Amino acid sequence: MTALVIAEHNNKELKVSTQNTISAASKLDGDIHLLVAGLECNAVAEEAASCEGVSKVLYVDSKEYENFLAENIANLIKNLSNDYSAILAPATTNGKNYMPRVAALLDVAQISDISSVESEDTFQRPIYAGNCIATVQSSDTKKVITVRTTAFDAVPKGSNSAEILKLEEVNDAGISEFIKEELAKSDRPELTAAEVVISGGRGMQNGDNFSLLEGIADKLGAAIGASRAAVDSGFVPNDYQVGQTGKIVAPNLYIAVGISGAIQHLAGMKDSKVIVAINKDEDAPIFQVADYGLVADLFTALPEMESKI
Amino acid sequence: MKILVPIKRVVDYNVKVRPKADESGVDLNNVKMAINPFCEIAVEEAVRLKEAGSATEIIAVTVGAENAQEQLRTALALGADRAILVETDLEVEPLGVSKVLKAIVEKESPNLIVMGKQAIDGDNNQTGQMLAALMNYPQATFASELKIEGEKAIVTREVDGGLQTISINLPAVVTSDLRLNEPRYASLPNIMKAKQKPLDVIKSDDLGVDLNPRITTLKVSPPPEREAGIIVESVDQLVEKLKNEAKVIS
Repeated sequence: MTALVIAEHNNKELKVSTQNTISAASKLDGDIHLLVAGLECNAVAEEAASCEGVSKVLYVDSKEYENFLAENIANLIKNLSNDYSAILAPATTNGKNYMPRVAALLDVAQISDISSVESEDTFQRPIYAGNCIATVQSSDTKKVITVRTTAFDAVPKGSNSAEILKLEEVNDAGISEFIKEELAKSDRPELTAAEVVISGGRGMQNGDNFSLLEGIADKLGAAIGASRAAVDSGFVPNDYQVGQTGKIVAPNLYIAVGISGAIQHLAGMKDSKVIVAINKDEDAPIFQVADYGLVADLFTALPEMESKI
Repeated sequence: MKILVPIKRVVDYNVKVRPKADESGVDLNNVKMAINPFCEIAVEEAVRLKEAGSATEIIAVTVGAENAQEQLRTALALGADRAILVETDLEVEPLGVSKVLKAIVEKESPNLIVMGKQAIDGDNNQTGQMLAALMNYPQATFASELKIEGEKAIVTREVDGGLQTISINLPAVVTSDLRLNEPRYASLPNIMKAKQKPLDVIKSDDLGVDLNPRITTLKVSPPPEREAGIIVESVDQLVEKLKNEAKVIS
């Protein structure tokens, strides 16, 4: 059996979520091929071929794939699917967008957001915002899977040089069109890949106060996140959101500041190795999952912390 | 323009759900049920399109047991014009639901389908994309803004790095993210009026759709428990613990 992993990239570089997904695929016993579809993404294909455990890279370079429109990518994956017993993608917003479309085109029930591979047809996945872990068995002959990236260690890259097979596959469904993208520019690490994350909640009171987190983030090399309440209040943009429906993170250190700890937020960060909570309300549920809790006013605690680390 | 809004009955988002003691499933005894929050946002968006003159009729649909009529009534109270329950006692999966919805779409021919991006019970995030695939319609998932311009919809989507805007040809499937809108509360007169609105019940067998599950849940277990931590007295103590005990900062 061979698994096809769909690479996540931005046409310039491979995203680490691809390496997490390869790691999940490697638990299925079989060869692993990687699909790199994009525009002028030769460098990504080279990077992909260097990932440990990959035996072949399928490389498709054409403008219909530049922006990963679900209609075009799903048709491409479907056309390549015959040779594969499993197709895996990271549960990023891209993977979540096109993979169910692939599954339906193949008449397969997708297994979303797996956190463990028990056997080639049995997987674990969180349900109910992570309050329960379901062990599920699929009866489909072909498996379509999205992978919770924080649950699998990234395979190393740089050591391998798999064959790169360039394909001419053109699939313009012609029913959707990319207009524009407004992506946050930041020198900080990506939220889902950072070793340290510091997040602010409603307690931050406004967007300007997030600068109190920046000083600490700079010193620790941390990414900055937020609770849904902070995003809904307009303090920070949507891509900061950590939680059930935002980003799932599991850094070595997660610092929650002014976050009460709703179930939906905990779902996005409770697999972090060490959790710190700073909140002036000692009854906040966040303290029940924190390794270290500090009951304090964040407006005095944060500047003090910045000066002492 | 006719809008179809598929919705789902789920456990209320405030309920902390636990597995049954024998791990055979999720303990749903006596828990409060509600319309899935993302579905509520989808209904609200459809109602706003109707209020703005872009839509003429809103049909809410769900696939489930008889008691899912309660959530259809909620959708009607929020402003849907009529509702359809496709009744089944099977535990349905996204693929099966999307096949039922395909049958409904073929019958009703809506120009737009607006639905929640995921249900907060199974957290699957699949049904909208699957329906779009089965109909060969374009899809705009995780929408935070939706504009109708002639035969197209211009949709801003919440993606990992920020926001993406795409244009899709109608008919299409749009799935709502949290910030698409803030749903209104149903007023008492509207709740009363909703009781008079038409609600059709169709047996899933009559649609000739294969709803047999492809995925078997072998067990449902609690997540690994986190050990209770400690409350530190000061920032000094916190920094000391992080350096010397947890060794996560240097």
